[in-house]
Amino acid sequence: MSTLKFTNEHEYVSVDGDVATIGISNFAQEQLGDVVFVELPEVGREIEQGDEVAVVESVKAASEIFSPVTGTITEINDTLEGAPSTVNDAAEGDGWFYKLKLNDAAELEGLMDQEAYDKFVEESD
Amino acid sequence: MRYLPLDDGDRAAMLGKIGVSSIDDLFASIPADKRLKGDLALPSHASELDVERQMNALAAKNVNAGSVPFFCGAGAYRHHVPASVDHLIQRSEFLTSYTPYQPEVSQGTLQMLFEFQTQVAALTGMDVANASMYDGSTGTAEAVLMAHRLTKRGKAVLAHGLHPHYREVVKNLSEYAGHELECLEAAPGDLGDIAGSIDNDTACVVVQSPDVYGQLHDLTPIAEAAHAAGALLIAVFTEVVSLGAVKSPGEMGADIVVGEGQSIGNGLNFGGPYVGLFACRQKFLRQMPGRVCGETVDAAGARGFVLTLSTREQHIRREKATSNICTNSGLCALAFSIHMSLLGETGLRRVAAHCHANALALANKLSSISGVELVTQNFFNEFTLKLPKPAAAIVEALAAKDVLGGVPLSRLEPGRDDLANHLVIATTETNTEADLVAFEAALKEVLS
Repeated sequence: MSTLKFTNEHEYVSVDGDVATIGISNFAQEQLGDVVFVELPEVGREIEQGDEVAVVESVKAASEIFSPVTGTITEINDTLEGAPSTVNDAAEGDGWFYKLKLNDAAELEGLMDQEAYDKFVEESD
Repeated sequence: MRYLPLDDGDRAAMLGKIGVSSIDDLFASIPADKRLKGDLALPSHASELDVERQMNALAAKNVNAGSVPFFCGAGAYRHHVPASVDHLIQRSEFLTSYTPYQPEVSQGTLQMLFEFQTQVAALTGMDVANASMYDGSTGTAEAVLMAHRLTKRGKAVLAHGLHPHYREVVKNLSEYAGHELECLEAAPGDLGDIAGSIDNDTACVVVQSPDVYGQLHDLTPIAEAAHAAGALLIAVFTEVVSLGAVKSPGEMGADIVVGEGQSIGNGLNFGGPYVGLFACRQKFLRQMPGRVCGETVDAAGARGFVLTLSTREQHIRREKATSNICTNSGLCALAFSIHMSLLGETGLRRVAAHCHANALALANKLSSISGVELVTQNFFNEFTLKLPKPAAAIVEALAAKDVLGGVPLSRLEPGRDDLANHLVIATTETNTEADLVAFEAALKEVLS
């Protein structure tokens, strides 16, 4: 059973075994507005925690996404090319960006759980 | 709008604010020996009639391109632009309007840019085009940078026929971007071995056709070789009218097509302003520099136009932008578009055929002169002759006989002794039979 962990940059990580799925939170997609394009990394790329890994373009801005965890990219969400609005419809579900093979599960400890994240969002408003 | 002039108090306050004691201090970075001392050598006043007389006298020192048989090309071409083009672009709505950032008040400008993009894409045989670059040379440099971004490779191969000025501009931009340039060399008129110079480190190969010597290149095998190595083909042209006669670069497999649009709608203008044309394949759209205008619908469902894909640009992405360009050559693009609309496909083909026919006729005449060799085998409206003596001096002698007989290659490639006797000659639909006869007669005299 995977639970979501969040960063203060509004990315989430969902872990299943040693595979982490990363995307942006529902709050983030609301703030961005209609997503028109997602620039995804190449499969096979090795990513350090904090590296710029993707770019989300909405009608009003382009935002860099920084990887919340370190690992090797195993899969990217191809469906976003034809249907970037999936990010708005299901940010924390079908609107995932990429999956990677997690190097160090300990990195997850620094991230917020759902409750802590919700509080963080509420407080930053 | 009121004009609010500054007084000395204002100036002192501003200088004080930035910590400078006088305006002269702001020019401290210009070496002292290069700074102007004293005033310019101009009278303090003169009557309008006197000024007119003086300016006319100065202007009379030049021979205008239109007043004598004229055969200079090599990057800018004298074509007939109908009076209606100038008449329309002089309309204040066009002449003084600003960038169409606000679509709700700029639908006219935006529609024009959309039509312009459509024309450029159609002419080049590509999927998409932008709303224009400054000119062909900077467009070419931008195309090379785009290829580096797309392939993530560091080397660009420039074919031998690329206009030397374009090559210098590419060098300027590549040097500071840390990219490697390989500049191929071959004799004028030769096809060289462009395909053979592509390897797995190549980001792009840049081929001009018709090239600076006038030679046409079949881009298809070069495109195939580039794609096989994972590289991109950038096709360049300086004479856009050639697209009315020659297979489009898109049809031949080019990935990016860039060139100069000056020939349509725009005069020689002493070298500028010109209009850079830039087109590419759909899949590369997000890496294309420059403004892009798109078609959409408004809230009521009516068709409208708007600048789009702005996330490629400076004001949104800053260092990550596809270019630092934040403008386009709007008025020149408009002139291009109007002239293109007046010509239509049929008209353009007719003009192109006329240009080519003149070139063939002139090449035949001149190469029949003893000592003159035609080095370009397949050409559109421009060809290179090898003369028995240095071409620069011959061009001066021809000018004294009131014939502006082309551009000596030594002017474009000053270091190259092997090109000193070569002369590049261009013809357009503006050349008459009498012009061709005059050139032949003058050249015979000069060489005898």
